[in-house]
Amino acid sequence: MTLRVRINPIACDAHGLCVEMLPELFRLDDWGYPIIDAPEVPAELESLAAMAADACPTLAIVIEELTLN
Amino acid sequence: MSATAQLAGGSLPRLLAGIDPNGRQAAGPVEHERVYGPMPQLSPGRLIEEVRQAGLRGRGGADFPTARKLFAVAERRNAGAVVVNGSETEPASQKDRLLMAALPHLVLDGAVAAAQAVKAQEVIVKLGPDSRSAIRALERAIGERSDGVPIQLVEGPGGYVTGEESAVVHYLNGGAALPTFVPPRPYERGYRGRPTLIQNPETLAQLALISRYGARWFRELGTSADPGTVLATISGAVASPGVYELAFGTPLRDLVDAAGGPTEPIQAFLIGGYFGTWTTWRASGELELAREGLAAAGQALGSGVLIALGESACALHESAALTRYLARESAGQCGPCVHGLAAMADTFSALVDGVAHRAERERLLRWAVELPGRGACHHPNGAARFVRSSLQTFGNQLEQHARSGCRAGATGLPGVETPTVRRVRR
Repeated sequence: MTLRVRINPIACDAHGLCVEMLPELFRLDDWGYPIIDAPEVPAELESLAAMAADACPTLAIVIEELTLN
Repeated sequence: MSATAQLAGGSLPRLLAGIDPNGRQAAGPVEHERVYGPMPQLSPGRLIEEVRQAGLRGRGGADFPTARKLFAVAERRNAGAVVVNGSETEPASQKDRLLMAALPHLVLDGAVAAAQAVKAQEVIVKLGPDSRSAIRALERAIGERSDGVPIQLVEGPGGYVTGEESAVVHYLNGGAALPTFVPPRPYERGYRGRPTLIQNPETLAQLALISRYGARWFRELGTSADPGTVLATISGAVASPGVYELAFGTPLRDLVDAAGGPTEPIQAFLIGGYFGTWTTWRASGELELAREGLAAAGQALGSGVLIALGESACALHESAALTRYLARESAGQCGPCVHGLAAMADTFSALVDGVAHRAERERLLRWAVELPGRGACHHPNGAARFVRSSLQTFGNQLEQHARSGCRAGATGLPGVETPTVRRVRR
């Protein structure tokens, strides 16, 4: 099972906590909004990603199972 | 398939066969049936299978296989509505309003057949502003029909993003006409929380012909990967701008001829509307209007919009003005779109005015690469694609443009305000 991370861009308010907690997955654009270059979450980062999703002030981080569609 | 087929499969027009050549009178039920023949009752499975074999794809711009959408809603078993998305918010497009105003029964035939196929309870036709004649024709047509499902019309506000699928559902559910974060997609949870089939009017009109005449008939025109015909709206530097039906695979230059030919030498075409891409006159000689060929050239037909830009226009000013238009049309919900599109528009204008140079151009290109996929809807993706294409096609003119001082300015593409040209002081 692979996890994938997404940002709900309507909810995101550029607090930047995600980049502080997980620079391996997120980087900031010129206005402070996160960019995700590779959405698949490596197994060793799964628990940290879950913590970041809980910590995001606007709950804009979505972690979901990657399903084949 | 049908013994009563009145339209020959191999000839044009198909969809537009029933248009009154003398005016804007909508085809009534008798005339409609005389031209297209009676609408057969196909079982849901049969209709979806014919649509699948026909290879019909959505004509609203997303190009999604229609049978897959039908199947996705049908298999969920509790479909709410079929929504005819007649918003047509692409400023240079006219084909959907033309279809609804001139051939309302054809669009409704398709919508009702789709509703039967997915077992939806009702049909909703969603329209944008400037749809008076479409609304009049549809209201009258609804009164002339006796379908098993109720049909209602809903008018919505204007704006480029209001026609996006999730924005239509949100609006119909009582919210603002703004895109929402997906999934859930409308086929999963749409109107009133139930699976909802949203289709473009042209797609449903094509479906109405497929259910009459079948997949094999449909494929008599077009290419094997892109079967059938398509409605194209051509505007700009051609003698007779308007809506034309052509077979997929038709050379682009043939469409120009059909539209009366150029009114002046054409420097470039914008293909696919404001989310589209430029192609130069020279490159256009090779292009055929079909998905494969266009995709190989980095193009897409989108909702069938073509704009011919004459030599007298300034491509750089037009492109910068259009970028500004797209920035203003952001729904304002997602940070990357709000900030990124405004910054792209500012920087593009500065480059065109000769007050920004290499570093700014590189930054503009970086934004155009970083923005796609970072909004709730496809708006930033389309704007970024347009900027990349503009720089790719006309970027080599930037230096010369700044040096020579352009006299043309922006003439204003449809819907785009003409900005005042800032004079460059040196």
